[in-house]
Amino acid sequence: MNRSIRLVGFGVVVLMLALVAQLSYVQLVRAKALNADPNNFRVSRHDFVHARGNILTSDGKVIALSKRVPDDLKYLRVYPYKGLYAQVTGFESLLYGATGVESSYNSALLGHDLSTVQSLLHPNTTENVRTSIDSRAQQAAADGLANRRGSVVVLDAQTGGIVAMFSNPNYDPNDLSTHDPAHARSVFEADQRNPANPMLARTYRELYPPGSTFKIVTATTGLRTGVVNLLSPFPVVRSIPLPQTNGRTLSNFGHELCGGTLVESFAQSCNTSFGKLALDIGDALTDGAHDFGFGTPPPPLDLAPAMVESQGPNTARGDFAHNEPAFMLDAIGQNDIVTTPLQMALTAEAVATGGRILVPHVLQDIETNTGDVTRRAATTTWRTVMPQPIATELNSMMVQVVNDGTGTPAKVPEFQIAGKTGTAETGVPGEQPHAWFVGFAPAAHPRYVVAVLVEHGGNPNSEVTGGAIAAPIARQVLQALLG
Amino acid sequence: MSTITALGRRRRNHELGLGVHAIAIVVGAYILLALASGPNLPPETPIILAATAGLYLVAHLALRRFAPNADGTIIPVVATLNGLGFVAISRLVRDSDIKSVHHLATVQATWTALGVAIFVATLAIVREPRMLVRYRYTSAFVGGVLLLLPLVPHPIGETINGARIWAKLGPISFQPGELAKVLLVIFFAGYLVDRRELLAEGTRKFGPIRVPAFRHLAPLLAVWALSILVLVAEQDLGSSLLLFSVFVAMLFVATNRPIYLAGSAVLFGAGALFAYKLVSHVRVRVDTWIDPWHQAQTGGYQIIQSWYAFAAGGLSGRGLGLGSPDKVPVAVSDFILAAIGEELGLLGTIAVVLLFLLLVGAGFRAAIDHPDPFAKLLATGLTVIIGVQAFVIIGGVTRLIPLTGVTLPFVSYGGSSLLGNFILIALLARVSDGASLAPQQQQPAVPVRVAAWDGVS
Repeated sequence: MNRSIRLVGFGVVVLMLALVAQLSYVQLVRAKALNADPNNFRVSRHDFVHARGNILTSDGKVIALSKRVPDDLKYLRVYPYKGLYAQVTGFESLLYGATGVESSYNSALLGHDLSTVQSLLHPNTTENVRTSIDSRAQQAAADGLANRRGSVVVLDAQTGGIVAMFSNPNYDPNDLSTHDPAHARSVFEADQRNPANPMLARTYRELYPPGSTFKIVTATTGLRTGVVNLLSPFPVVRSIPLPQTNGRTLSNFGHELCGGTLVESFAQSCNTSFGKLALDIGDALTDGAHDFGFGTPPPPLDLAPAMVESQGPNTARGDFAHNEPAFMLDAIGQNDIVTTPLQMALTAEAVATGGRILVPHVLQDIETNTGDVTRRAATTTWRTVMPQPIATELNSMMVQVVNDGTGTPAKVPEFQIAGKTGTAETGVPGEQPHAWFVGFAPAAHPRYVVAVLVEHGGNPNSEVTGGAIAAPIARQVLQALLG
Repeated sequence: MSTITALGRRRRNHELGLGVHAIAIVVGAYILLALASGPNLPPETPIILAATAGLYLVAHLALRRFAPNADGTIIPVVATLNGLGFVAISRLVRDSDIKSVHHLATVQATWTALGVAIFVATLAIVREPRMLVRYRYTSAFVGGVLLLLPLVPHPIGETINGARIWAKLGPISFQPGELAKVLLVIFFAGYLVDRRELLAEGTRKFGPIRVPAFRHLAPLLAVWALSILVLVAEQDLGSSLLLFSVFVAMLFVATNRPIYLAGSAVLFGAGALFAYKLVSHVRVRVDTWIDPWHQAQTGGYQIIQSWYAFAAGGLSGRGLGLGSPDKVPVAVSDFILAAIGEELGLLGTIAVVLLFLLLVGAGFRAAIDHPDPFAKLLATGLTVIIGVQAFVIIGGVTRLIPLTGVTLPFVSYGGSSLLGNFILIALLARVSDGASLAPQQQQPAVPVRVAAWDGVS
């Protein structure tokens, strides 16, 4: 009898071991996938009943924190500066999920991943996310735009870190993190209906024609392909004919006389010169735009939702030989070309760094509550756009824009700013064009890159007004950082 | 009832020492749970400590008095399982939005106290396992009636959550099946000890295979039929499976003939196929087992939420009081391990399985060491019940096997289940007590000869 009792006992032991195996399978092997299952609302609720880590600026201002509240969700996410940092922090909402840093660095803010063996050694502690945002630059950007619609992006030319990222109009993330679902819903739905679209992250999720700021790309491509040099002459004219169009013309702003060398044409932003340059560059303009990131997948920005893709010349309609006027308009940043303020900052960054575009990121580092850094943002090259000598030439051309061209409103005595203005027509009759300024400073050893866009801030009759509107904002932001 | 031996003294002292651990784990867990929502010790901590220690001491003293040589691991293991269950239940009802369940922790504590009382009473009354042989047919009758009681029409039988396993007598609702399983094991043991030689010897030859004569197979077929009846009429897949597997295990132990295992495997296969084809309840369970995601909002909802809970726990768990185990339906009873798995992690769930393994080990050890065949069979049956029931429900909630609604012994919420299981371990302790008296020399098995109808002799 004992033999069969032992056999039965052995059978029961096998059953128990099967349970251990299945428990290990579900709780270890499958755990990650199950926790990431979008239908798994348990995880999202867990995110709410625990304090999250803080989000900080690089200079230590707390821009998102969890506050203990007496309701049953226990912790309320609070954004002390309301809309000022909304594009960076995003929001964390029970109803609408999370965006921005709240989403992209969720696991650090929540604490260690509990399903790993390492979690036994490191207890469940939340971590703080320090962004590369500088509160002085962010505030200067907001002050500079004041009530005007538009965007300001500032990059650190050494690291690729985003130093300021602000756009108008914006929203208060506290309205979405609230534990009052009725309030969150009414604000969210009102924002969705609002034609101004305040929740849109204009700095990296909205596309605008770049106008003359795109001439950085055209000039770079011309210099790299060797069809032009700094002293190549362009006719001083009011307009040039557009080929293949039955007599239409490409005019300078305000139908003014414009031309001279490449440097002078760039400083005065002569459309006629760059239209003519496009005819010399031809199909290479598509590749040149591509090199800067126009018409390619965007860089992996560490924010959610992702950055949108900028568009270069549309070759689907035919190559240069069949579509000369389109290429001429593309060369001055109109027609097919649409881009985000962040992408224009990256474009200027290629000049500032001597040829490279760095992967942009808002992270500076991840820290424990005691300030120990557990992860530091890496500086990585996204694309190599041009060799150093051409970057140096572009740098001097952009200095000329500020010192003696359309960008003089950006000129300051303390340090040298280099830049390029733009006045981009929206294509909608009667709409004021967008005013742009992209640049960097100090020109000799660039530390910060800036892109400013004021929607409908320009005057259709003068390239100078685009610079007059956007350049002072760039100047103020750079002064806040370098002054 | 026996006098204490040196082994018994050692076992009782170990039991006292292990009790300190068990109480520390349970009360510690209760305090941790409270600390999850605030920095203060819960005001009822002294009461919980006193009650846990008090109940443990009562059970311990009862063993010292009535079964001094019994295995010293039974009580500590049961106390830990029961205590963890209590903590999980109070945790679940604490966070519940439904006010009417807030008292369930108190109710469970009351049932535990009653369970300890019935544990003591069982030890005091059943002084010798063989005493029960006389009541084997009474047990069969009462057990059968209890098992089928839910089928009596309203107002006695009640269908709750699709299964007709509840009976109502006056104001009290209970699951008679939880008591019936113990009684039926007593009957099986008494019956098999009478017939085991016949069942082991009687053969008919089919070619090279020796097959028992049909009349010796009849009891197996009868239990199989009863299992099918329970399955079809009460929709109680869990009890049906439990009943059949316990009987098969005991039949195998009584006869030592693998042919019975083979035969019951065939019967089980046929029964399973029949049930899948004809019983919609079973088909639903099997289909949601194979693919719960296909019907994530209906049939598969429970098991998917259970998996989410286990996954949320990961290796080390969210921490007591820090998860959301209330998201799994019926978490307090059938799915209580999902609640434990979320907050205590894989380490916690494996600990629970190991506790059951320890309990099962103690049971089989008692069965092996006891000289009397009836006691051996009794202990085997009772142990298999614990083991298989734990397997069926843990396997069910982890989707190792199709889900069948049974409680996790000592852990789940439920009075009938607790009372039945406390009687069960009292009987195990009783067998274990006798086992330790003559652990070395195996006495030749002497079949007990008694009148066909007990109680009249």
